[in-house]
Amino acid sequence: MFLNQFLFFAAILFSIGVYGVLTRKNGVLVLMSIELILNAVNINLVAFGALHQDISGQVFVLFVIAVAAAEVGVGLAIVLLIFRNRRSINVAEADLLKG
Amino acid sequence: MMSSALLAIQSTNPIALTPNELWVINTFFYVIAAVGIVAALKMVTTKNVVHAALYLLVVLTVVAATYIVLGAEFAAATQVMVYIGAVMVLLLFGVMLTRAKIGDDGDLDYDSKWIGGLSAVSMFAVMGYSLWEAFGTDELPADMAVQRTGQVANSIFSQYIVPFEALSMLLLAALIGAVVVARRD
Repeated sequence: MFLNQFLFFAAILFSIGVYGVLTRKNGVLVLMSIELILNAVNINLVAFGALHQDISGQVFVLFVIAVAAAEVGVGLAIVLLIFRNRRSINVAEADLLKG
Repeated sequence: MMSSALLAIQSTNPIALTPNELWVINTFFYVIAAVGIVAALKMVTTKNVVHAALYLLVVLTVVAATYIVLGAEFAAATQVMVYIGAVMVLLLFGVMLTRAKIGDDGDLDYDSKWIGGLSAVSMFAVMGYSLWEAFGTDELPADMAVQRTGQVANSIFSQYIVPFEALSMLLLAALIGAVVVARRD
């Protein structure tokens, strides 16, 4: 098994996630694309853990998964708040900071 | 000092895979990777929010299977439980509570998609070039050992105990923060 087959798979998923974050207007879909990016990073961590036969890769994956769970919880709370205030979760319309 | 039971958990004797077994595992990986990439592309292009969530489910399952291929069993189990079990339910809650349109919704993307496409493609080009330059055709060790759950536990509760405790505080803070932000008062 090549190391690069896993790293390239992760890079492709990462790029697709970046595309999703940049093109989606819907707040929930942006959060989903961020999950895609985090998963791509996790594949890299596990692949390097397998390459060096080091357990730290897997431990870091667990940390990333826990942080991602916290992130999606807070992120959805914010999206729900935006929906309650503006009746829309279009992130392009949330432009209160624009002068 | 480590007890003998813990040492017994840690002493996994790696067995080198035969070329035939390696071929089967590799083919399995390429098939699921293709499925995962197609599902990810559908996820960022579909016009239906619920379908996007279900495509994300496929991608998360493929990632869990990739962890199994790489011998990370505990990460795979956690992926299934936390992502497929909890995060997906949370995201579907988000879809339903924000009253997403049933069926296709034409207003999910920005009009100018080329900016995102250009960013993604150029990012992949840079990453692909540097990955190929750095690792080329490096192989994973053929006698790759399965990383046991016991080893993960030993590592978390010795070397990584401080980040682990910090993470539990972060989860508590995120829980309280989410309740405070989302409650109606």
